[in-house]
Amino acid sequence: MIEQLIIEGLAIGACYGLFGVAVAIIYKTSDVINFGQGEMGMISTFVTYHILAQYGLPFWLAFVLTMVFAVLLGMFIEFFFMRPAKDPTVLGLIIITLGAEMLLMGLAGWKWGAEQKDFTFPLSVQKVHEPIPGLVLNEWSIGVFALTALIMVLLFLFFRYSNLGIAMRATQQNQNAAKIMGIKVERVFSFTWGLSSLIGAVAAMFFAARSVLDPNFMMEPFMRAFAAAVLGGLTSIPGVVVGGLLLGLIENFFGYAWPVWKPIVAFVVIIIILTIRPSGLFAKHYVKKV
Amino acid sequence: MDMKRDYYEDIEVFSSGTVLFWSIALFVFLFTLPLYLSSYNIYLFNIILVHVILAVGLNILVGYTGQISLGHAGFFAIGAYGTALLMTHLGLPFFVSIIAAGLIAAFFGFIIGLPALRLEGPYLAIATLGFGLTIMHIIGRWDIFGGRMGIQAPPLDIGIPQWGLSALLDSDVKMYYLILVIAIVMVIGARNMMKTRIGRAFVAIRDDDIAAEVMGVNLLTFKTLSFAVSAFYAGVAGGLFGFVLGFFDPFTFNLILSIIFLVMIVVGGLGSVLGAVMGASLITYLQYDLLKNVDEMPYLGDALVWFSRKFFTVIGLENFNSIMLGLIMLGIVIFEPLGMFGIWIRIKKYWKTWPF
Repeated sequence: MIEQLIIEGLAIGACYGLFGVAVAIIYKTSDVINFGQGEMGMISTFVTYHILAQYGLPFWLAFVLTMVFAVLLGMFIEFFFMRPAKDPTVLGLIIITLGAEMLLMGLAGWKWGAEQKDFTFPLSVQKVHEPIPGLVLNEWSIGVFALTALIMVLLFLFFRYSNLGIAMRATQQNQNAAKIMGIKVERVFSFTWGLSSLIGAVAAMFFAARSVLDPNFMMEPFMRAFAAAVLGGLTSIPGVVVGGLLLGLIENFFGYAWPVWKPIVAFVVIIIILTIRPSGLFAKHYVKKV
Repeated sequence: MDMKRDYYEDIEVFSSGTVLFWSIALFVFLFTLPLYLSSYNIYLFNIILVHVILAVGLNILVGYTGQISLGHAGFFAIGAYGTALLMTHLGLPFFVSIIAAGLIAAFFGFIIGLPALRLEGPYLAIATLGFGLTIMHIIGRWDIFGGRMGIQAPPLDIGIPQWGLSALLDSDVKMYYLILVIAIVMVIGARNMMKTRIGRAFVAIRDDDIAAEVMGVNLLTFKTLSFAVSAFYAGVAGGLFGFVLGFFDPFTFNLILSIIFLVMIVVGGLGSVLGAVMGASLITYLQYDLLKNVDEMPYLGDALVWFSRKFFTVIGLENFNSIMLGLIMLGIVIFEPLGMFGIWIRIKKYWKTWPF
């Protein structure tokens, strides 16, 4: 029983972590919290659904097309919504991303209606395997673990060895210095949003496979993923994943003990953690200088 | 242009005779409003006034103190449920209940203000957001709050029925006068408070909290006070909102409502009472009237229905509301960061300095 709780918690936690990484990538490069991340994932999932239901293409092709769409969507939002704002304040940035969220949610509701749809995903929660005796894993969790590990390794290699990854790190540290060194900062931002949107779309599909598909379905997972990201520290990508796993575990154990209060655990945890360690568990806290 | 020559001029409620004249004209207009409007429009005005109270309170926190809150729907809910439950279960008179509910909301505001001492910007946004959602879930799960089914507001009696002093407000028009008086008192109260030591301490914290602390502003006191005052406004507004709706459930007070509140003050203009009033009126009008019935508008409505049939779904046209709100949010930050108050200032300057 207890192993099962741990595995389930880790699986959902990995999914939170994956989505949290999408939030953290944008925050790392440009200090923007993207409140529209959930809805960007939501609309990408709807695009997959639309391709599958309308044109009957195989899943892998729909998946590839959606990934292209997700990247373009992220770049579109950066180019048309973030870039024109002149010297926005923190509140201004929050309002922009919330505006993008409302816009995307409205568009999805307009196009696909509010009724809940079933999302056909090749990895189901029902089908279980038992790789080691006593350890029962469903296909969905295997998929999440494999994908999170893969994306983490790819991101690590990307940030460590590729030119673009190094440019992104440079932009994060000092935008003006990066500009002087010949990095096209705008292009880096555009790429960041594309990458983040892509990772978010993958995670959103996993969430959709667990629940149902409607224009609001990403709201709660987004909050959890965000809580996970804050728990780990928004500026450290491994921290975010560890935060996700931790939150998944806490939530699952808590939900087992007091099922009624499961939905609010994440928020209580986030408020407590933020009060004790304002920048999360694994990130360095920078105090503003006068 | 608005030169202040001494301190007493600075703390006047009405800065000039012109302002006084137009304010009185506005009050006269508002008090005679039910003579010219149908009862649905009075209902709309009730909601606008409730939102004005809330927006003015939120503006104290966001516009004047520079903190961010995405959890005001939580305080709003505390006010609505608090007032209704105190009246139903304890049988307290209306004014006692609504002030008590406001104070309960203020207490929660104080609690949320404590983490705010260490958090800033996006982190504060997420902590307050968590608070709002937590309140919504708690209310949705406890039976005393009516659970997911919601509760019915008690009859609005502003007298003390136990002592035989009953004054039942049973129509929208009577309720309108009550809300109007409370709204005017609270708006003027907010305007006055910004001219006291407390208000100036808030502004100092917004401009630079470290500098403010050096100047002798106690951050602990004033940051939590700002949250508490703002939550009190939200609580009172929530208490009135419950009676305007008559029936409410936890999902009335969701995250979208918190976002809409924030939009009101950003659209109106941060750091100005007038801006909050204008923003709340405009956004509420759009939300509850214009965009709700967008398919019945001449020409545009038909065009939209045709467009939805061709590319989208007609049933989903109700989401047009959310699309427009999103576009307004994007547009205001990109093109007019000062909001409607900024436009107003520009117009005023243009007329004052006209030939130049």
